[in-house]
Amino acid sequence: MLRVECLKSIYSELESCLVVTIMGAAAAELQSLGHRPNFFYLQHAMGLASSTGLGLALCLPEQRVIVIDGDGSLLMNLGSLSTMARYRPKKLVHVVFDNESLLSVGGFPTATSAGADLEGIARASGIPQVATVHSVENFKATVTNALHGRELTTIIAKVEAKGPAAYVTDLSLVENRFQFRRHIQSLKDR
Amino acid sequence: MPVSLTNSKLIYDALKECDIRLLSALPETWLVHLIRMTDEDPEMILLRLAKEEEGVGISAGAHFAGVKSAMLMQNHGFLASINGIVSFAHLYKIPLLMLISYRGSFGERDPWQTQGGNVTEPLLRALGIPYSFLDKAESAKTRIRQAQTLAESSLQPVALLLMRELMWEE
Repeated sequence: MLRVECLKSIYSELESCLVVTIMGAAAAELQSLGHRPNFFYLQHAMGLASSTGLGLALCLPEQRVIVIDGDGSLLMNLGSLSTMARYRPKKLVHVVFDNESLLSVGGFPTATSAGADLEGIARASGIPQVATVHSVENFKATVTNALHGRELTTIIAKVEAKGPAAYVTDLSLVENRFQFRRHIQSLKDR
Repeated sequence: MPVSLTNSKLIYDALKECDIRLLSALPETWLVHLIRMTDEDPEMILLRLAKEEEGVGISAGAHFAGVKSAMLMQNHGFLASINGIVSFAHLYKIPLLMLISYRGSFGERDPWQTQGGNVTEPLLRALGIPYSFLDKAESAKTRIRQAQTLAESSLQPVALLLMRELMWEE
């Protein structure tokens, strides 16, 4: 299963969500499908995408929020799972693409390649809904269900360690940030 | 416990007057009253963190959502947040109001706090983070207002160091 195929399968669902991604392949691949003002790419600060999604979801409880995380990033901030589970916003969906690798820096294997079980860690941290998926069909169905449900969900998507040819895009980080915030303000004004 | 209830209340009320509606925190002795007041206030969102750096992401999310927030932490929590401060708050121009208890400085009896006390101000300076002190009841409210104003106008982290003189009653 390829991450970009997974992203393609849910791309139309993302239109009505606030989307926060991690750096690297996830950010570049989502942008390659077409940037939207409701997409925020956290191009550094590994581990904090889930915290950002949590802050958004708690401040905007009626807004659907989806975090596109990765095994390397989540392993840097496992405590975030316990914090999310503690406050469990109902409309937050946490997707973790697990390619068992730090792909962007040369493909060094992460602990999930040696047996660390992110689904088990998420479940034991108290995340109320947890699933692992291995096919695009299953990914699409599980994420779509979670987005229309009302319970904090973490979905581990096992993907191949393959990424895009390039990681740098023409969207300035600061431009992305101001556009994202302005988009949220426009939702409030509607 | 000789943590000043009166001055904790003063700080808490000043934060609320700045329209702050979300506080992230990790327990530390000097912060106990502030955390309890936040927890008991239905108008405030309290996030008890596993590690202080999470608070940078949470405050960024709150800022995107149009909600004003502040971070309550010990100076060792500030040390633990530095990558988030640099590669999120500085990189993306995110306002952060950080209230940092200044442990390990003059008057400190706990040996384990002292090394962090030595490096707090040099690190704030190295990171280019504007900072000031909350050391007197008379000026605390104004300083909090000023720090919050600067964080919002400059879109960057600003620190207030909570001092023993204000927080502790011997």
